Amino acid sequence: MARTLKDLMPGERAKVAKVEGRGAVRRRIMDMGLVPGVEVEVERYAPLGDPLEIKIKGYHLSLRLEEAAYVMVEEGGDNA
Amino acid sequence: MPKRFTLALAGNPNCGKTTIFNELTGSRQHVGNYPGVTVEKKEGFVSYKGYEIKVVDLPGTYSLTAYSPDEIVARDVIVEEKPDVVVNIVDASNLERNLYLTLQIKELEVPLVMAMNMADVAEASGLEIDYELLSRLLGVKIVRTVGTRGEGITELLEAAIEVVEGRSEREEKSFRFREEIEKEIEYLTRYLPGDEKEWIYPRRWTAIKLLESDKEVIRKIKAKLENSQEILSRLEESRQRIENMLNDDPEMAIIEGRYAFIRGAYREAVREKEIDRFSFTEAADKVLLNRVLGIPIFLGIMWLLFQFTFTLGAPFMEWIEEGFAWLGEYIGNNMNEGMLNSLLVDGIIAGVGGVIVFLPNILLLFLGISFLEGTGYMARAAFVMDKVMHRVGLHGKSFVPMLTGFGCNIPAIMATRTLENPKDRLVTILITPLMSCGARLPVYTLLIAAFFPKEVAGNVLFSLYLIGIILALLMAKVFRTFLFKGESEPFVMELPIYRLPTLKSVLIHMWERAWLYLRKAGTIILAISVIMWALLTFPMTDPYGNEWEDPAEQLVNSYAGRMGQAIEPVLEPIGFDWRTGIALIAGFAAKEVVVSTLGTIYSIGDVEALEEGEETAVKGFAQRAREQSGFTPLTAYVLMLFTLLYVPCMATLAVIKRETGTWKWPLFTVFYTVVLAWTVCFIAYQGGKIIGL
Repeated sequence: MARTLKDLMPGERAKVAKVEGRGAVRRRIMDMGLVPGVEVEVERYAPLGDPLEIKIKGYHLSLRLEEAAYVMVEEGGDNA
Repeated sequence: MPKRFTLALAGNPNCGKTTIFNELTGSRQHVGNYPGVTVEKKEGFVSYKGYEIKVVDLPGTYSLTAYSPDEIVARDVIVEEKPDVVVNIVDASNLERNLYLTLQIKELEVPLVMAMNMADVAEASGLEIDYELLSRLLGVKIVRTVGTRGEGITELLEAAIEVVEGRSEREEKSFRFREEIEKEIEYLTRYLPGDEKEWIYPRRWTAIKLLESDKEVIRKIKAKLENSQEILSRLEESRQRIENMLNDDPEMAIIEGRYAFIRGAYREAVREKEIDRFSFTEAADKVLLNRVLGIPIFLGIMWLLFQFTFTLGAPFMEWIEEGFAWLGEYIGNNMNEGMLNSLLVDGIIAGVGGVIVFLPNILLLFLGISFLEGTGYMARAAFVMDKVMHRVGLHGKSFVPMLTGFGCNIPAIMATRTLENPKDRLVTILITPLMSCGARLPVYTLLIAAFFPKEVAGNVLFSLYLIGIILALLMAKVFRTFLFKGESEPFVMELPIYRLPTLKSVLIHMWERAWLYLRKAGTIILAISVIMWALLTFPMTDPYGNEWEDPAEQLVNSYAGRMGQAIEPVLEPIGFDWRTGIALIAGFAAKEVVVSTLGTIYSIGDVEALEEGEETAVKGFAQRAREQSGFTPLTAYVLMLFTLLYVPCMATLAVIKRETGTWKWPLFTVFYTVVLAWTVCFIAYQGGKIIGL
């Protein structure tokens, strides 16, 4: 089964494969740099379990689980 | 005559744009609103080398899409107001994502200068940027700046002037997308008019936006161009061809194209030295966002903010109140009695006092908020609280305004400025009045002391606050479901690095808020104060031209008094008579006025003693309320409920008007709170009677 950003554990790295969804949500996610090929690392989940914080292109970004579920990821987190 | 030109500042949120704006303009700035939207308009002036430069601070955005009002405003200002030069502020320590906006500004084909800001942070973290090379790759002049220390500001002005004077030799090289897309851009461009009078937007940009399915651009094309049908059907063809070839929709391919170009430029021009990358932010977040400690720390900081605002503000408010009372008395005693005296003392002086009295809270709260925002903690607060708030359709950042609402709704509603999304902001504004503010407390105190035994006083009071919170969350859900339907807004939020904001930035922000309040809301509050005064004062004599002997008689016969009597039939089902009606009408000025009005109506000679809760006065009040209006503990409780829920005070409404830019929302707030108050009170009163309370 294809994994999404939401399925990653804190500390885990992966590469963005595809961003699903549509309209404003998808656009916003991609505008923030979550484009195919980019490396992400899940840093932590909020104390209540949602949202989560990731590191991407050297900065910190938080998104809700429902948005993270749109981001398909693949193996290959180690610096390409 | 100095030569003039306009300079627009563009950049991502958190890139230090505001700091540079403040460095450039100092105190010569002006905050307003763009017409029709709740987007803030900031402008300032700077004189440099014989130039008088108007600096426009565009809203901080990550992109220039049609999905958010901020982004539409930013690009419309660039295209329609044609600044002579756009200065793009870029966070050097977060270069790749920041350059994404740069590329989009370049697409708009405007004279551009880049400020590589926070260069010190980038260098400290081991980034080595080849400015010359990057400048060549992007086709933009780059100036190194450190906004917080004022470094590079004059160089930035020099560079801007160079561009304006046309001395800059930079070739206007524009970056190209992959061939499949470039071909379609070219294809679409052919159908767009080249004449600026017909179509003001650059053609290449328009074609890109069309491929991105930009709703605003499509709307404008339909409205303005005769051949819009043809353009749109050509667009459909283009989209099809791209989708067939790339197996991706054009919008995504364009975003990827920009990021791919940036990636390439970044790799060439930036070297990441592998030094020991100790990051203060990451270390701090291990504690501040910790699974166990995160929430207690958050609550602690919120508690401090609340105390800072209201406990520290209390003595100042008292001095202001006393000062205006003294002034009123002084003028009142040194003037002939009569209407003018009353207008001046009870209308205008009391009104101005009523405006200024909120200033300490506003100043302190915004001092706190701009500090928390400047450091970067505010985004963390939203991160910690979002799950709870999101459940009822609010945003993590709605927490601060709601909490502040317990002190005073006025600064609370102003604090919704921290919410970027207009829908989130509006819902938060609408429910904040349900947070039981400090001015409602005197009403509770009096009624509880008069009708409830000491043992249950605490519980009664607590229940009111709780009901306020529950109804606020409920209404948030209702508004979200029925009023603001449609796609839910994404919560894709940057957690900026921690840093110490400059004192100058914090103070300017604080002052800006206070000034906006005084200028925009203050005038409305003063006007309504005078109207309220007139309603409570006229007619000054009985039908035979004699002055009223008894203040109670005067009040009952005033216009406000008559209004109170007129609404009695509506109030009857919730257990109130016309006396309470009058108090509720008067309470629109400020909720604590309910107490003094009741005191006057029941002819409690010493209203001040009642306000201070002196036992004999309270007992007298309880007895008369029971005898004349049939008050029971149930009626008293329902009156507290009504006071909690019904119309926010006029100052709050003035601030809602100021923050939303239209009378629609304050009027809606009046409507919904009255309906809600009546419904809840009806259920409470009739239910209470049934179970025999």
